[in-house]
Amino acid sequence: MARKKSSGPEQTDIDMTPMIDVTFQLITFFVFTLNFSEAVTDDRIQLPMSQLAKPAEGPATNPITLQLMTNGKVIYAGEPVALQDIGGYLENEKRVMISASKEPSSATVIVRADGRSNTGDVQDLIKVCQEKGFERFVLRAEYDESR
Amino acid sequence: MAKHRDELPSKIAIDMTPMIDVVFQLITFFMLTLKTVISEGDFDIRMPLGASAGAAPEDPIPPVRVKMTAGPSGERTSMTMNGQPVGDFDDLRRRVIDLVGTGPGSNADKTEVELDCDPALKYENVIRAVTAVSGMVQPDGTVVELIKKIKFAPPKKR
Repeated sequence: MARKKSSGPEQTDIDMTPMIDVTFQLITFFVFTLNFSEAVTDDRIQLPMSQLAKPAEGPATNPITLQLMTNGKVIYAGEPVALQDIGGYLENEKRVMISASKEPSSATVIVRADGRSNTGDVQDLIKVCQEKGFERFVLRAEYDESR
Repeated sequence: MAKHRDELPSKIAIDMTPMIDVVFQLITFFMLTLKTVISEGDFDIRMPLGASAGAAPEDPIPPVRVKMTAGPSGERTSMTMNGQPVGDFDDLRRRVIDLVGTGPGSNADKTEVELDCDPALKYENVIRAVTAVSGMVQPDGTVVELIKKIKFAPPKKR
């Protein structure tokens, strides 16, 4: 090793230009594909597929995303919560909305339920939301491009 | 100016290391924050509290009742529309089109669908039923919209 080093030139000039070109192209690509949307997604949920599930035109007003897992637990703010306990969290949401002088009925509850979960759980979740004064619901599905 | 230039060394070696460091950090940041966007869509459902007791008086047409029953493992065992047995979701869509019609003069805007499902039914069946009643995709890719007003029947006791 020592011999090799001493036999080489004193300073090797590596042409950095192509690497920097490529690197800047990569940066440009990543900057353009950067997604600023605050869409809540979770790997624990496998949404049902639908051919008509086209993305909404605009963002939902005051969205509250509730994700229902197959075991009947609801992912709220990233944490799994039992279905019977979700009412307390929704009460907090309601209080925050009222303190910001917004009506709970103006909020959109986005239901991201797993396709394999029970319909009864989805209905129970909607019922809890209704009891807290939320009225607008959307059922989220994944766009099925296969047909 | 010419005098100045003469004083400068023949080649200026710019140290690229800090710039490349920063650039790689930027790349790493963007790569880690990259999110693959799965196109998702929403179905609106109409569920105001208190409306479950019956159809609103301004609805001239009674709601279409779609009932689905489930087997022990949550699979769909039967489906009816207004009491008539329905084979599959394509059949359901055909019956909805027969009922409300398409194009101008369609009653789709005035009609409401009420989904009555067994609690154990797998939720994907609900979405398939909602898809069937809310529209159809034609071979050229255009979407014919059918009934948009969808609600759930009051949940059954379990």
